[in-house]
Amino acid sequence: MAYTEEELKKELETKEYEYGFYTDIESDTFPKGLSEDIVIAISQKKQEPEWMTEWRLEAFRFWKEMEEPEWANVKYEKPNFQDISYYSAPNKKPKYNSLDEVDPELLDTFKRLGISLDEQKKLAGVAVDIVMDSVSVATTFKKTLAEKGIIFCSISEAIQDHPELVKKYIGTVVPQKDNFYAALNSAVFSDGSFCYIPKGVRCPMELSTYFRINQAGTGQFERTLVIADEGSYVSYLEGCTAPSRDENQLHAAVVELIALDDAEIKYSTVQNWYPGDKEGKGGVFNFVTKRGICEENAKISWTQVETGSAVTWKYPSCVLKGDNSIGEFYSIAVTNNYQQADTGTKMIHLGKNTKSTIISKGISAGQSQNSYRGLVQVNSRAENARNFSQCDSLLMGNRCGAHTFPYIETKNKSAQIEHEATTSKIGEDQIFYCNQRGIDTEKAIALIVNGFSKEVLNKLPMEFAVEAQKLLEISLEGSVG
Amino acid sequence: MLEIKNLHASVGDKKILNGINLQVNPGEVHAIMGPNGSGKSTLASVIAGKEEFEVKKGSIALEGEDLEELAPEERAHKGIFLSFQYPVEIPGVSVTNFMKTAINESRKARGLEDMPANQMLKLIREKSEMLEIDRKFLSRSLNEGFSGGEKKRNEIFQMAMMEPKLAILDETDSGLDIDALRIVANGVNKLRGGENAIIVITHYQRLLEYIVPDFVHVLHDGKIVKSGTKELALELEEKGYDWIKQETVV
Ligand SMILES: Nc1ncnc2c1ncn2[C@@H]1O[C@H](COP(=O)(O)OP(=O)(O)O)[C@@H](O)[C@H]1O
Ligand SMILES: [Mg+2]
Repeated sequence: MAYTEEELKKELETKEYEYGFYTDIESDTFPKGLSEDIVIAISQKKQEPEWMTEWRLEAFRFWKEMEEPEWANVKYEKPNFQDISYYSAPNKKPKYNSLDEVDPELLDTFKRLGISLDEQKKLAGVAVDIVMDSVSVATTFKKTLAEKGIIFCSISEAIQDHPELVKKYIGTVVPQKDNFYAALNSAVFSDGSFCYIPKGVRCPMELSTYFRINQAGTGQFERTLVIADEGSYVSYLEGCTAPSRDENQLHAAVVELIALDDAEIKYSTVQNWYPGDKEGKGGVFNFVTKRGICEENAKISWTQVETGSAVTWKYPSCVLKGDNSIGEFYSIAVTNNYQQADTGTKMIHLGKNTKSTIISKGISAGQSQNSYRGLVQVNSRAENARNFSQCDSLLMGNRCGAHTFPYIETKNKSAQIEHEATTSKIGEDQIFYCNQRGIDTEKAIALIVNGFSKEVLNKLPMEFAVEAQKLLEISLEGSVG
Repeated sequence: MLEIKNLHASVGDKKILNGINLQVNPGEVHAIMGPNGSGKSTLASVIAGKEEFEVKKGSIALEGEDLEELAPEERAHKGIFLSFQYPVEIPGVSVTNFMKTAINESRKARGLEDMPANQMLKLIREKSEMLEIDRKFLSRSLNEGFSGGEKKRNEIFQMAMMEPKLAILDETDSGLDIDALRIVANGVNKLRGGENAIIVITHYQRLLEYIVPDFVHVLHDGKIVKSGTKELALELEEKGYDWIKQETVV
């Protein structure tokens, strides 16, 4: 274990959501509401080429005809989409050459988040592209990456500087009309990250992005596009925190991953949006579409630790198109108090000898509801497809719920599909055993939860694993009493 | 060291302990014997502070300090250790990690820094060698898939690591074969002497051949009905518990 006890102690002393503060930065915010005019205005604001504007408008027209999905096992008051502002950017200079130029208050925010750029720069092997509200304000390590021909920038920049790549791939994995939230995102996405790894290149560092919602009443519509060209490798980290707000905040991101022949993408997320207070008031609505496509011999791994949000609706998926391609999904989802999570994955086997692994760990406390929903689909052409799924639920107390909805559809008899599911409860005997060894209840729960989640935590890059362990502890504080 | 006075404890309406008196001095080993269901494990749990049991009357003091208000972990910090009759499994938590956490939490409570890693390693090496525990065993999930004997040996390993003032061993001998019994007893005897005290709960005289007690008590219906020296254990082995039950009826 890399974390020091001192660090843990400090974390345990913070009872309230520690990133629950609001940075007062003047913003350039659009009037509330959504129309074709707003979509055009967003596109113009970002000086996008016409094809992009058209693409957005097309998405908007799809969206207008669509209905919000009802099938997830979550209940919430639907957002009023005309009461949201669809664009907000920190008002100051949007690009900085050095830290000195950055708004001191913004820097302070980063420090409080524990991600000061200075520190990050020192943290060997991590390039940081920070999305503050909607516009990227800082990018580091660009030079090192550029030497290898790696492009890592905001999607807005990519639209300007690499239009051919964006045009070729955007919407190919998650089409505009894929679902209600994806359509909304396609119409109004404000910013996000773009990454391209050239043929045969192994990205020498973990690429990471920190997301953060800031402006009151501002929706966040991030768009991420990662392309790993033939034979390349990249590990991408995404982490986020949000300040506490009273009204619900909508987050509808789209992430598209493209792994060409023999390429590998590892995409790790530690998600910590504001979950709402103990009574279930406030909190972020997180409706995310994440999907990757694997060409021949390619591999995509999704690893996620979900501790935040009032409502989470998220199914990172793999389309195993190429023969011998591999999809993996490792997930820890924690819900406490009144949080609701409906999360899982889809593994679509199209190619021959395709393989997928699903390891899902759900932890529910308080009065929360935690659902795993997974689909394993094997097409008729997919000879010898294999899947292994394991869904474990851990319950704390009697008022929370864990639900598992595995869907299996196979059209090829050679498919081998294994599904295992367990539900356990943190027992009083386990806690007493720890207590008897001098470990208090809060710490005992953290220990048991970390043990339960170990298979997934082990999949995370080191720095992230430490962060994730801390998050698990914080998000389960006060859940047994 | 430990002073129990007129202790009554129950679960819900069920009275389990009915007036226990016991005094254990530093350096002593006490054996508690008695038929199934007589309240031996309950007594151990109540000393350790398990909240499921309600103390209705009486008191428990450790080195003159009343334990009533202390949480189980605080009692542990004061040096009480319980080797469980049925140790629980904690999946995904290695024996090493568990011990590291336990030791550092206890140190923290005493205002000490974390034990440096190399010192921890040395301690682990020493104690695992003493108890003939394979190092690989220590990376396994705590008690998960352990045989009965492995669980018990692991309990004693933890005891050795934590060096408690008062160790209560609840049927540590059950599940151990004769060789393992000897190794475990040897580990327990290492703790013996000086200031430490040990309470050995057992059904059988066998363990007491290796861990020779200073006193033997017989528990029946939540009461100590007979106390004596190690010869009493032999007598019980020979005659069973029935004569004691009869004596108490009379
Ligand atoms: N949690 C509990 N709830 C109800 N009865 C209990 C509980 N724990 C112990 N008992 C009862 O108390 C009595 C003593 O149990 P125990 O202390 O385990 O005995 P021993 O260890 O001497 O075999 C038994 O009759 C047992 O069934
Ligand atoms: Mg017992």
